[in-house]
Amino acid sequence: MAEPMRIRATMAGDAADIKVLMNHPMETGNRKDAKTGKLVPAHFIQTVHAEVNGKTVLEAQWSQAVSKNPFLGFKVKGAKAGNKVTISWADNLGEKNSAVAVVA
Amino acid sequence: MNTKRRTFLKSAGAASTVAVAVAAGLIKPTEVMAAEWNKAAFEAKGVPDALKGIGVANPAADSRDILIKAPDIAENGAVVPVEVTSKLAGTTSIAILVEKNANPLTADFDFSNGAEGYVSTRIKMGQTSNVRVVVKAGGKSYTAVKEVKVTIGGCGG
Repeated sequence: MAEPMRIRATMAGDAADIKVLMNHPMETGNRKDAKTGKLVPAHFIQTVHAEVNGKTVLEAQWSQAVSKNPFLGFKVKGAKAGNKVTISWADNLGEKNSAVAVVA
Repeated sequence: MNTKRRTFLKSAGAASTVAVAVAAGLIKPTEVMAAEWNKAAFEAKGVPDALKGIGVANPAADSRDILIKAPDIAENGAVVPVEVTSKLAGTTSIAILVEKNANPLTADFDFSNGAEGYVSTRIKMGQTSNVRVVVKAGGKSYTAVKEVKVTIGGCGG
């Protein structure tokens, strides 16, 4: 399951610009398998949690309509170079992943 | 000894510990809620129900301070880049809804501790539709829409 997640956090003015690329199939549950003709069960990230230096900055909830291998970009004012960014997600099947990066 | 009974007692004990923690103010109820996926809102079939699910009861006011950056025409509905910037002071959350998707509510973002009213992501669209953004700022709700024409749908297939 849990493939690596890529995080890039850079300072842009007085805010940290954080970009995250997650690896996830994001199955809607409406797509049919080309070979078997059966519906592929829904499998998608439901919650995403972002922290900067241990403080929650972003809580996201997603539906199956977020694209495959989701991209998430956000900005945090007051963050500084060297701050630790932690991103974690959980999906509808109970899988979880998290990754840490440092603001450059 | 009846082991099932043991486990039941244990789990009951754990549950009451959480209740005590909430009562004592150790855990704020909102924090407990935040971790849970808003099933009702995400599985809602129409925009009004989805909005109700995320706590937007009254019709949100149209706002020009919400900027939606999305393509006018998306060739591939499976990957539609959407960027939302809210210039409203005290923006606490941004929700993205695709009006004609089977389940309109696509994503809901809550900001805190310095996070700006800005979010960028990629979404799936089944067909040409309005992309509606609802922003909560200072306890009020504001909204804006942008139409995205889709030439190849991104749901099912």
